[in-house]
Amino acid sequence: MDIKKHKNFNLQYVLKEHSSLLIFILLFIFASIKYDVFLSRLFVTNLLVQNTMVGFIAFGMTIVIIAGGIDLSVGSILAISGIVAARMSSYNIVIVVALTLLTGLALGSLNAFMVVKLKIVPFIATLASMIGIRGYIHLTTGSKSVPTPDRTLAFKAIAKGEIIPMIPNALLWFLLILIIGGLLLKYTRFGRHIYAIGGNIEAARMMGINVNKVKWATYMISGLLASVSGLVMTSRLGSGQFTAGDGWEMYAIAATVIGGTLITGGRGKLSGTFFGVLILGIMRQIFNLQGNLNTWWQNIATGVILLAVVIVQSRTMIKKKL
Amino acid sequence: MVAPLKERLNRDIVINRLIDYSPLMVLFFIVIVNVIFTPNFASVNTLRNLAIQVTSSLLVALGMTWVIASGGIDISVGSVMALVSMVSAKLVGIGAVQSITIGIITGILSGVLAGAIIAKFNIQPIIVTLSLMIGIRGVAQIINDSKILRLDSPEYVFIGRHRIFGEIPIQVVIAFVAIIIMYFISSRMVFGRKIQAVGENHKATELVGINTFVVKIGIYATCAFLASIAGVIDTARISASDANILGSMIELDAIAAVAIGGTPMNGGKPNIIGTVFGALIIQVITTMVNMNNISFEYSLILKAIIIILALWAQRFLHSKR
Repeated sequence: MDIKKHKNFNLQYVLKEHSSLLIFILLFIFASIKYDVFLSRLFVTNLLVQNTMVGFIAFGMTIVIIAGGIDLSVGSILAISGIVAARMSSYNIVIVVALTLLTGLALGSLNAFMVVKLKIVPFIATLASMIGIRGYIHLTTGSKSVPTPDRTLAFKAIAKGEIIPMIPNALLWFLLILIIGGLLLKYTRFGRHIYAIGGNIEAARMMGINVNKVKWATYMISGLLASVSGLVMTSRLGSGQFTAGDGWEMYAIAATVIGGTLITGGRGKLSGTFFGVLILGIMRQIFNLQGNLNTWWQNIATGVILLAVVIVQSRTMIKKKL
Repeated sequence: MVAPLKERLNRDIVINRLIDYSPLMVLFFIVIVNVIFTPNFASVNTLRNLAIQVTSSLLVALGMTWVIASGGIDISVGSVMALVSMVSAKLVGIGAVQSITIGIITGILSGVLAGAIIAKFNIQPIIVTLSLMIGIRGVAQIINDSKILRLDSPEYVFIGRHRIFGEIPIQVVIAFVAIIIMYFISSRMVFGRKIQAVGENHKATELVGINTFVVKIGIYATCAFLASIAGVIDTARISASDANILGSMIELDAIAAVAIGGTPMNGGKPNIIGTVFGALIIQVITTMVNMNNISFEYSLILKAIIIILALWAQRFLHSKR
């Protein structure tokens, strides 16, 4: 069915499948015509690098949402991982990375335990861990940011180094995760199982998929990516911020949905989320460049675009059903 | 071996009672602990403060109960509060009553918008209200360039500060009236049944001939209306309007109250009284932590644990039922 649609060049199909890419291109063209500085290399790299941190958690969110769940605790996991990284920053880099990522995996498992074993609605379970983890962060840091005076060079290089010239490492990790995650979702058995349980959990169970195991894994992936985000952020800023990632879960969900992932699960792509993140980022840049415009318009524009995308999504869904 | 019928029936009755009264028992337990361990807890002043502080989250939670019972969720309530607060504070020059009325109408309109989009396009409520939450907060901030607006209207402040007979805070009376009306509609009127029907089986409700479009708009408009009142009360209490922080994160407290109160998170019977106890439990925890000079972070952790325990217990008892 897909091939046939490609042959006839169905406009609606293109619009639906690549709407986030199209919106991104339109915004990019608009911005580069309107502002001279926009096309400089520094600016474009900045646009990408600044959005990697929210991008990591958006990727995790996408995978959880495709599997039919939701994870509101990503912002808190990001912050606590960043603080773990900051506290450890003088140790050997391998230990730092391992411990930080373990933090994310462990907290992801906690979410999974509540959702899978205690059978609590994902929204509420991850809401509780979001509140609880944030409370613990305030307690352990005394509501102060954790400085990293003795950080090693390698720690600094996690985000700022350039293994490949001209590309900051933060961006490199981001693109690597995009590619690996995309391949994982599309070509592995595990990836297809994620789509299957998000699309129809009963059918997936009858097919013999270990639903609980797959769900558990998606929450762990989300926790892991949140801790990657925390690690990169601490390396970039040079301190662990106790308010880091506050409210980012909403931007991650927005980026995921703008990127064409169905909020009910079963459909979605990491590349869509990638452009969703960039759309939100480019909008922020435009509002910054347009100095005379009130920055609060950015919120309104985000809300309107999000709403427009979901309405278009639902219209095409309805047409498809008929 | 299967137990004799009479024994099983008795057990079912006990379990049903346990489910129905679990929020009340938790509240009772926390209050007893506080009366014993917290100095000055059992005093009129503490109770009055508790009642004043719980009002806004309670009002929001009442509206949220309907929304959740209908199988939805509304996370835009905090932004609606900020918008109503800003609109009414900005217009206070034309008279307190008029400005508050216009403010509340604005709030209701945003609820109607949410309900209409959700029902018309059949989109997940969390996404619609998420975009409204981001967008409406932006509108509220634009109105006064996101600066704090001070109120110097005694009539407006009256709603937040007046004590009936010099004792009972006026917002407590408002909350009581709201609880009674919401309880009456939920349990005694057709509309209450329609909410439950939409939440439990949307398709069947539509096929039976109930206009789910109107029902959903009614639910979200009511939720926004109650949030608007909460916004006005909070504005009056602090006699200033701050679009940046007013009502932010209140949706979490409200959702937690509903969850603790026993309304099924996937839609079902709205449990108004449970929500009232849920909101009280959350407020008592906050007060307890404050009064014992424990840093407020513990209340966050405590809230998280209680939400999870309450939901887990509900699931456990329901599986026995």
